[in-house]
Amino acid sequence: MDEQYKMTVEAQRAPVIEPGHTFGTVTEKISAIVLTRPASNGWFVGFGLCFILTMMMLYAIGYLFLKGIGIWGVTIPIGWGFAIVNFVWWIGIGHAGTLISAILLLLRQSWRNSINRFAEAMTLFAVACAGIFPAIHIGRPWLAYWLFPYPNTMKVWPQFRSPLMWDVFAVSTYATISALFWFVGLIPDLATLRDRAENRWTRMVYGILSMGWRGSARHWHRYETMYLLLAGLATPLVLSVHTVVSFDFAIGIVPGWHTTIFPPYFVAGAIYSGFAMVLMLAIPIRKIYGLEDFITERHLQNSAKVMLATGLIVAYGYGIEAFMGWYGGDRYDAFTLWNRLHGPYASSYWALLTCNIFVPQVLWIRKLRTSPVALFFISGVILVGMWLERFIIVVVSLHRDFLTSSWGMYYPTRWDWMTFIGTIGFFLACMFLFLRVLPAISIFEMRTLLPGAEVKAE
Amino acid sequence: MKRDPIYGMMAEFDSAQALVDAARRTNEAGYKKIDAYSPFPIEGLAEEVGFHHDEVPLVVLIGAIIGGLTGYAMQYWMSAVDYPLNIGGKPPHSWPAFIVITFEMTILFGGISAVLGMLALNGLPMPYHPVFNVPRFALASKDRFFLIVFSSDKKYDAVGTRKFFEGLGPRSISEVPS
Repeated sequence: MDEQYKMTVEAQRAPVIEPGHTFGTVTEKISAIVLTRPASNGWFVGFGLCFILTMMMLYAIGYLFLKGIGIWGVTIPIGWGFAIVNFVWWIGIGHAGTLISAILLLLRQSWRNSINRFAEAMTLFAVACAGIFPAIHIGRPWLAYWLFPYPNTMKVWPQFRSPLMWDVFAVSTYATISALFWFVGLIPDLATLRDRAENRWTRMVYGILSMGWRGSARHWHRYETMYLLLAGLATPLVLSVHTVVSFDFAIGIVPGWHTTIFPPYFVAGAIYSGFAMVLMLAIPIRKIYGLEDFITERHLQNSAKVMLATGLIVAYGYGIEAFMGWYGGDRYDAFTLWNRLHGPYASSYWALLTCNIFVPQVLWIRKLRTSPVALFFISGVILVGMWLERFIIVVVSLHRDFLTSSWGMYYPTRWDWMTFIGTIGFFLACMFLFLRVLPAISIFEMRTLLPGAEVKAE
Repeated sequence: MKRDPIYGMMAEFDSAQALVDAARRTNEAGYKKIDAYSPFPIEGLAEEVGFHHDEVPLVVLIGAIIGGLTGYAMQYWMSAVDYPLNIGGKPPHSWPAFIVITFEMTILFGGISAVLGMLALNGLPMPYHPVFNVPRFALASKDRFFLIVFSSDKKYDAVGTRKFFEGLGPRSISEVPS
């Protein structure tokens, strides 16, 4: 490309980090949120509300343990109700964190440096929320550990030909690797907090967590190699996780599930909803903590573009599903399509198309891509849309299968809603705590974006 | 063995460029046991302090291979040897169904060995280290860059090394007690 053209394009773009910052100011600004800034009343109110919701979730789960899953709306034929809808929704949201931290690292997208830390935290909390559901929906949740292959007195082993077992391995590997990735990413920043903490106890806690990191050139070299390799491992992992989640459906023969488009379309949908969640978190965080210098218009725009692209892949997925329903010639598949458009849950299908396909098209307008308020609401719409997508896939496919005699309806009960809304509270409560005790933006990776970080060889 | 009361001589620099240049000149001057500390990774700095063999990739490769083999062997042994069960008429050793978990275990073991390998090779966790005895070293995690010549270096000499450091134009020089 023409050098001058490149420079003009670069000049028109919003910067990744506002000019005027030094290593000192970046360090100061991000660590101050944790070390010196007192928790505001708004923080206490927000955390308090989310904490109450968390308690509500625990109450709903406690009652479930007492009474059994009969308190939920699940019946035959809809044996997979909210629990699986929410599981798929949450795990999908998690995907954006790994995409940002691993895939964008491999693609050398330096703008990821200011959002990867809290996106990874988001992943971890979302996976925690996701993990609750499969465990509590199995009917006898105290036996959830039977899913793992461990030597037992019954002398039996799990059935590895089942996609549900694949899911156990995929999700637990994903949770482990996300936690590791997040934690090692924090080590150098924890050392910064250790060195800057005034209080003895704070210093000790950060000192223990930072494991004595001292920033030696040898250590940095191994650290960077490790980080790159971990990113290389996490990239196929993140793609595999939602692929395996989609296998839970696609391996079954239920009309509306048994299709090969599921893996790519699930992965795209996961990233779609994940970026929507990233924006819903980043927009208020940057405003409240004054981080507009680090999370700039560029980040908002790029995230909006990722949503637009993945949203179109999702739209293609819907299109192919509908097309194959018509073209495939299978009467049950054709009926599934008709049932989505005209059946008892038609309103949720039309709401899905509106939320996931029609509304996000406004992101083609540059002005809306750069407006935090507009993006916040569009992201909210997308999150609702992606939740509806999973509802359609799980409930609407199951409620009318091959035999009319086995048709049924699904009505979520208040316990379903309490558990679902409770996990949102739990997720946000974790985010609130995270913002107060750990640096929400990776300090050392931000330093590498500054002009002073570039070194000329002799 | 009696421990040397002095761990080394440390110089502080203002910029990443100054540190890289200083490290190169120190290396060229014949000091071999040196190290550099910076608040972020600097490309090429490790080579200047004489670090050439990074074993992390090998550790990860071995970990990933062990993970993959473990994953496959586990499924084979459990489903085909110890508890063969006829599921939908599929053979006990139905390898295509075992690929997913084999893959996940490869990633799991590879990832864990990457992190543990990096920590072990770096000798971490190590909460106490002589370099922390220098008060200004707290800035190494903020915006300052440090170079050290260890007292175990053959060329190390309290007066001569300090003199050499002065020639590099550092911001400060301090002796590091061990």
